[in-house]
Amino acid sequence: MSEASVPFRVLPETSGETGFFWTSGADGRLRFLRCRDCGTWIHPPQPLCPLDHSKNLAAEPVSGRATVCTFTINYQPWMPGPELPYVVAIVEIDEDPSTRLTTNIVGCEPGEVAIGMPVRVVFEHHTADDGDVWIPLFEPDPVTRTGGEG
Amino acid sequence: MDENEIIERRTCISGIGQSRIGRRLDVSPLELTLDACLAAVDDAGLTVKDIDGLSTYPGAMGGAAGFTGAGAVQVHDALRLELDWHDSGIETPGQLGSVIKACLAVGAGLAKHVLCFRSVWEGSAQGEKGRAGVMPGGGGRAGFRASGFMEWTLPFSAPSAAVWIAMFAQRHFHLYGTTREQLAQIALNGRRNAALNPNAIYTDAMTLDDYLAARMISTPFGLFDCDVPCDGATAFIVSRIERARDLRHVPVRVEAVGTALRGRPSWDQFDDLSTMANRDAGAHLWTRTDLKPSDVDLAELYDGFSFLAMSWLEALRLVPVGESGPFVEGGKRIARDGELPLNTHGGQLSAGRLHGYGFLHEAVVQLRGDGGPRQIPKPNPQVAVAAAGGGNTCGCMLLTRE
Repeated sequence: MSEASVPFRVLPETSGETGFFWTSGADGRLRFLRCRDCGTWIHPPQPLCPLDHSKNLAAEPVSGRATVCTFTINYQPWMPGPELPYVVAIVEIDEDPSTRLTTNIVGCEPGEVAIGMPVRVVFEHHTADDGDVWIPLFEPDPVTRTGGEG
Repeated sequence: MDENEIIERRTCISGIGQSRIGRRLDVSPLELTLDACLAAVDDAGLTVKDIDGLSTYPGAMGGAAGFTGAGAVQVHDALRLELDWHDSGIETPGQLGSVIKACLAVGAGLAKHVLCFRSVWEGSAQGEKGRAGVMPGGGGRAGFRASGFMEWTLPFSAPSAAVWIAMFAQRHFHLYGTTREQLAQIALNGRRNAALNPNAIYTDAMTLDDYLAARMISTPFGLFDCDVPCDGATAFIVSRIERARDLRHVPVRVEAVGTALRGRPSWDQFDDLSTMANRDAGAHLWTRTDLKPSDVDLAELYDGFSFLAMSWLEALRLVPVGESGPFVEGGKRIARDGELPLNTHGGQLSAGRLHGYGFLHEAVVQLRGDGGPRQIPKPNPQVAVAAAGGGNTCGCMLLTRE
């Protein structure tokens, strides 16, 4: 995504335990925290696994593929941001449908977005003096897949 | 104490009070709060000296301007209360969580008469800039960084519950074929009832065409799916039932409360995004009473956004899951003379965003038979349900008349 097309966004903190998530896109990969003992995906990040309470956790890359679980086309100018209208969606990642992200769907007309639609991650790079951020957005995934009604 | 005792059943709502309510009243929010509190004390037939407990939602806090009109400490001091129990906070089962905690304190013997209040002055706080005047996120202020739970929404320009709840509604539309014309009935029903409520904000007649022609906010929500920010305060007195029998009004008993939250307490990680925390709170309520959903004479269900009232209808099993759309279609069943009168004061969509407390207030008014022109025609209603909240914060109360 070119710098010229980057809209204003409120950027997240990158200093704490969630920082890895917001800088993960530097190499083009989306990452989530995962328990190395039982394999549970953990989001948002927290200090221990919610299932086995292990602290043996690590950020692990995922495919970046996801499915639109639900969405809304927003017309209201709440704050400076993307051009109106824009799509806010909740997507389920392919590796674990119970792990979701609130995000924006880009790369298509808002009216083309549908529940169950396959999408893939695309990062929007924001440069900032107090730390660059890669915002994970999602665009329609041209690769045909099976499963995942959403 | 018997561990199976339904402790809230020892309690009742003995007094109710409201301040003036308006879009922008230009009155100190503490003054509005105290007006409501004193009205509730008087309505119960008590004096301030009788009040030995205090509870409020959300209490003093920073953040969104006007979201809270006064903290517990301010009211405690302004009325020189002498308290055996006091509490406030936002991490509770919805706005009515503060009243439910008062019931538990009274039931447990920590207090005899608890004053509960909720006040807002979002109308004045927004001023001429509308909702944009009070948005989180620094309003685009340079250098502001999102943290906490807003870290997961603000970077995606999704700062409002309108956007988050619109996504729950969209999921419900997808699964069950719910339509905007059905959703509209929540707003149209509220507006019809508000016309008979002298304290309501919006009372002009509204048609389905008016509703559909309003500007879109966040699909499927248009302007009239969103409640109206206002200035105003509501207060209750929660008393032990045996003490209330000597007071001014027939006591409205607390039959059962619903406080459960078994899914993840999250707006986007909750297991089923066609429902929300009310699913668990609503189911919980019916485990604490022998009454059934079919016993409910009227329902006062949170409509901060229209879909929430439909969601509560299902969560409380007043209609089967997925069938709230067909149930409200045409508006007849939820009208004051319908089989399940809903939001008889106009709800937050038309009577103002009193944030949860308005529904409990109206349930008590109707059970007392004091609704005046808007009193439901069904004679002697005995059972009402009041519910508040959405997303990850929901609580409900089942009320009966003595």
